[in-house]
Amino acid sequence: MRVGVVLLWAACANLALAAVGGERVVARASGERILHEERSLYRNILVYESNSQRCLKFGRSATDRQSCQQLGNPDYLVFNYTRMMMAALYLNPAPARVLVIGLGGGTLPNALRKVIPAARIDVVEIDPAVVKVAHQYFGFTTGPAMREFEEDGRVFVKHKLKEGARYDLVMLDAFTDQYIPEHLLTREFLTEVKSILTPRGVLAANTFATSSLYEHESATYESVFGPFYGLKSRNRVILVRLGGLPPRGEIEGNARELDSRLRVLGAGKEGLLPLFAVESGWVGKSRVLTDQYSPGNLLNAQ
Amino acid sequence: MSQVITPAAAPGKPRSFLIFTIAAWSGYFVMALELLAGRMTAPYFGTGIYVWGAVITVFMLALAAGYLLGGMLSTRNPRVSRLGGLLTIAALSALPVALLSEPCFEWIFDHVHDPRYGSLLGATLLFFIPTGISGAISPYAVRLLVTQAQRSGFSAGRLYFVSTFGSAAGTIMTSFYLVLLFDVNQIVGGMIAISCVLGLATLGVRKWLG
Repeated sequence: MRVGVVLLWAACANLALAAVGGERVVARASGERILHEERSLYRNILVYESNSQRCLKFGRSATDRQSCQQLGNPDYLVFNYTRMMMAALYLNPAPARVLVIGLGGGTLPNALRKVIPAARIDVVEIDPAVVKVAHQYFGFTTGPAMREFEEDGRVFVKHKLKEGARYDLVMLDAFTDQYIPEHLLTREFLTEVKSILTPRGVLAANTFATSSLYEHESATYESVFGPFYGLKSRNRVILVRLGGLPPRGEIEGNARELDSRLRVLGAGKEGLLPLFAVESGWVGKSRVLTDQYSPGNLLNAQ
Repeated sequence: MSQVITPAAAPGKPRSFLIFTIAAWSGYFVMALELLAGRMTAPYFGTGIYVWGAVITVFMLALAAGYLLGGMLSTRNPRVSRLGGLLTIAALSALPVALLSEPCFEWIFDHVHDPRYGSLLGATLLFFIPTGISGAISPYAVRLLVTQAQRSGFSAGRLYFVSTFGSAAGTIMTSFYLVLLFDVNQIVGGMIAISCVLGLATLGVRKWLG
């Protein structure tokens, strides 16, 4: 008890309030500066700076970081998973229409705009507070080639499906502070995503590399798309292309073509190409996630 | 002065037990259905706060209507077998939940663009009737249990306890365990079957229980 009280006092003493640029900034002893704190409809949002990075965090733990930006070099891709997501371009180096589900700090849309400036990009984000934060703190901007939609990702895809819209590249990066929302993990959702892809369209999905959900997720992706490329670090990025996975030679050729543009973001081909591994054989081993059966968060917690 | 209320039938332990069991099961059924409603609407209307708002609103309105209905029905010749009948009808009216939810939500998705009103309409079409009829069970059961005006609050209190306890059980069982084991439709189908068995049981023993 007494130790707790002393720690509480110490923590309070370390809090110093300062006003910078009209924002309330809280400095902590660790050097972490909190720029923005907000309880949105869906989560707690925290924007802070430390070690010359500005990060967006949902929830409380340090591993809940959704996006980070290098302060002196905002284009640099801090997280490994964002570099692996950009490897989707190795499967199609020039997608004309791109859909990104899950905005976060806007890292992926910003990077895509740099690498494929001719593409028209649609970004879907359910939480208006996240959209606001991406604009205000992470330099995300919209325009004719970058449209944002405040909507549930699943509902958006269903509407696009009815409209007959098609995308050359779809990136799934919708996360809560726990994991991917359960209705975005099912065979039916992936089938809908497949149906809004062009005949050689590419899907890139950010998932966890270790979780109890891993095998279910693998079986579900395989049941819809067949064998897929899995790129693993702490996350696993799943890459597929309709009409069959491109062979190694094609991927290496595209990697060479794109390398000068991706390298400036920190995503050089020597880091990404060795990660490409074909995954298959999951179907039948694990139960496929469906709209009828999708206890994703429970499986993850086991 | 205490006023004696004409008992609906001779009170007895097996009879009360059956009434309480039906009330508890009905509470379980409603809350499990409500949780699954959130599940079933998600693919069409998302998981935004408004979807839960729509589902909860529909369930509350249906229960409100059901309480009125049950109270009115209880004034006319109340019997345990009729309570069982209500349980069975509520269960059978939930059959479209298992059988028609996809075409129903699909149609709404095409015609109602705002997911708030889409989920509100969808939840109303599929869940209002089974929930409403389930709501009629509590006041009807109170009437069956009450024998003296003086003790009516006591009976009502015990019944609310049992039925709300059943609701809590339905909530935790469904959200913690059943969704890990079964498809949504399997859970709904299983509950419909249990309701029918309980409802038919009251018909089977009505000679003894009235």
